[in-house]
Amino acid sequence: MTETLPKAAFPFIKIDAAGRPSLVAQRCRVCNATFADSGRVACSRCGARADMLESFEPGYDGTLYAASIVRRGYPGVPVPFISAIVDLDGGPTLKGTLRAKNFDPAEIVHGRRVKVVFDDALGRTDEGGNRYISHFFEPA
Amino acid sequence: MSESVYIVGIDMLKFGRHPDKSPGQLGAEVALGALDEAGVTIQDIQAVYSGSNYTTMIGQKVLQQIGQTGVQIINLVNACATGATTIREGWTGIRAGEYDTVLCVGVEQMTGMGMLGAAKTGPIPTEGLLGSASMPAVFGEAGMEYAARYGASFADFAQVAVKNHHHSTMNPKAFLQKETPLEMVMESEVIAYPITKFMCSVNVDGAAAAVLMSERKVRERGLMGQAIRIRASSVSSSPWQERDPVMADINSVTRLAVDKAYAMAGLSSEDLDLVELHDCFAPAELQHYENLRLCGEGEGVAFLQDGTSSLGGRLPVNVSGGLLSKGHPIAATGIANLYELALHLRGKAGARQVEGARIGLAHVVGLGTAAAVHILEKA
Repeated sequence: MTETLPKAAFPFIKIDAAGRPSLVAQRCRVCNATFADSGRVACSRCGARADMLESFEPGYDGTLYAASIVRRGYPGVPVPFISAIVDLDGGPTLKGTLRAKNFDPAEIVHGRRVKVVFDDALGRTDEGGNRYISHFFEPA
Repeated sequence: MSESVYIVGIDMLKFGRHPDKSPGQLGAEVALGALDEAGVTIQDIQAVYSGSNYTTMIGQKVLQQIGQTGVQIINLVNACATGATTIREGWTGIRAGEYDTVLCVGVEQMTGMGMLGAAKTGPIPTEGLLGSASMPAVFGEAGMEYAARYGASFADFAQVAVKNHHHSTMNPKAFLQKETPLEMVMESEVIAYPITKFMCSVNVDGAAAAVLMSERKVRERGLMGQAIRIRASSVSSSPWQERDPVMADINSVTRLAVDKAYAMAGLSSEDLDLVELHDCFAPAELQHYENLRLCGEGEGVAFLQDGTSSLGGRLPVNVSGGLLSKGHPIAATGIANLYELALHLRGKAGARQVEGARIGLAHVVGLGTAAAVHILEKA
């Protein structure tokens, strides 16, 4: 039985024909704003249209800008986990889950260096039964 | 038209659990309260500006209770800025010369709703993958940004809850009216660090309404004695910022709204006697001290810890108990803030009266993001 490739969980992730994930983002050629996005209609900073937005592969290293240790979750979402805002080197900023060793404030110090990794999206599948690949942050 | 617009009647429910009432009934009760105070009937209302995030066509549901007069009803949604936005729209309609008497009402019935925020955006649920979209986590992140920038501690955030819960013991319309000492706040269940259970506003049922009138009409009806002048009314949306909306920015949008308001009123924070700001979660109050220009950059923690923002201090903030104590029925909050200011400006706030209050500022922020600021003055 052939296995279908997993899908990208978010518009800033792409999966190639061999199933390898990578980051993808957009940069405005007019004002240099970056977006964790693909297929934008326009730049929300300067208004330049889609033809002036170029696709690029962001760096995989970044800096923890802010985070919160989530201890009360929603049904079906195990806690605790760390919700993190990370500025990738060169942009853009991503939000995701930081897979750190512990769940205490020492793990979420502003300015900490982290890196982006990819993994299965916590076992979640869509209505068609497709699996997904998501991004996660890990300490550098 | 350059004449002022006035609040001549305003009311709010005691926020809490009202499971036996429909949203239309909740709105109807406060609408009648505001109408009665203004000495007008629903027949005198020329337009209705109504808001609710979870109930559609709330204006119609209210008028189906108290009088279907066929007037224009505009229902609007602006997240937590909904109630204040109904005031902005009513203000604008009168300033345009279209109306001289309008009703603004905000209603939210939330009992039974859990934590707000997590949205399924796409084919699979994103909670836990895109970090957390829960409101406590979003505001926890914002609090940690503030902590890194200005050195605020977990205890500083907790102290906001101590202050506001203390204030609420003097507010019979607050849902929670209980002292919460610092240790109790810090040791309560962590929802999303640095936010504990007592540092969260509660989802409750509530409604608030106001009757706005043009200056000419106020004089014609002899209501200047009870009228509250709206010195400023402003609404802003989140401007482009590097990390927004990946990280919701409640700071830039607030600064836009408040600077417009101060300019409109020809006032600064030095002229304020009291402030009701958007403390949906305790860390947010500290952020808004700087955002609303109540103090200089980096002075927020001192503003709290030296008592300036407590009742009896130089510029009391959230003497109503704030959202933390009153509860936060989303669409009602923006009008309930004005109700609190009006009480003080009229000298009717009882045990929590800010002495000699003449000018007050009210502020709300709705995630997504909108901010609204009103400045009120006793006529």
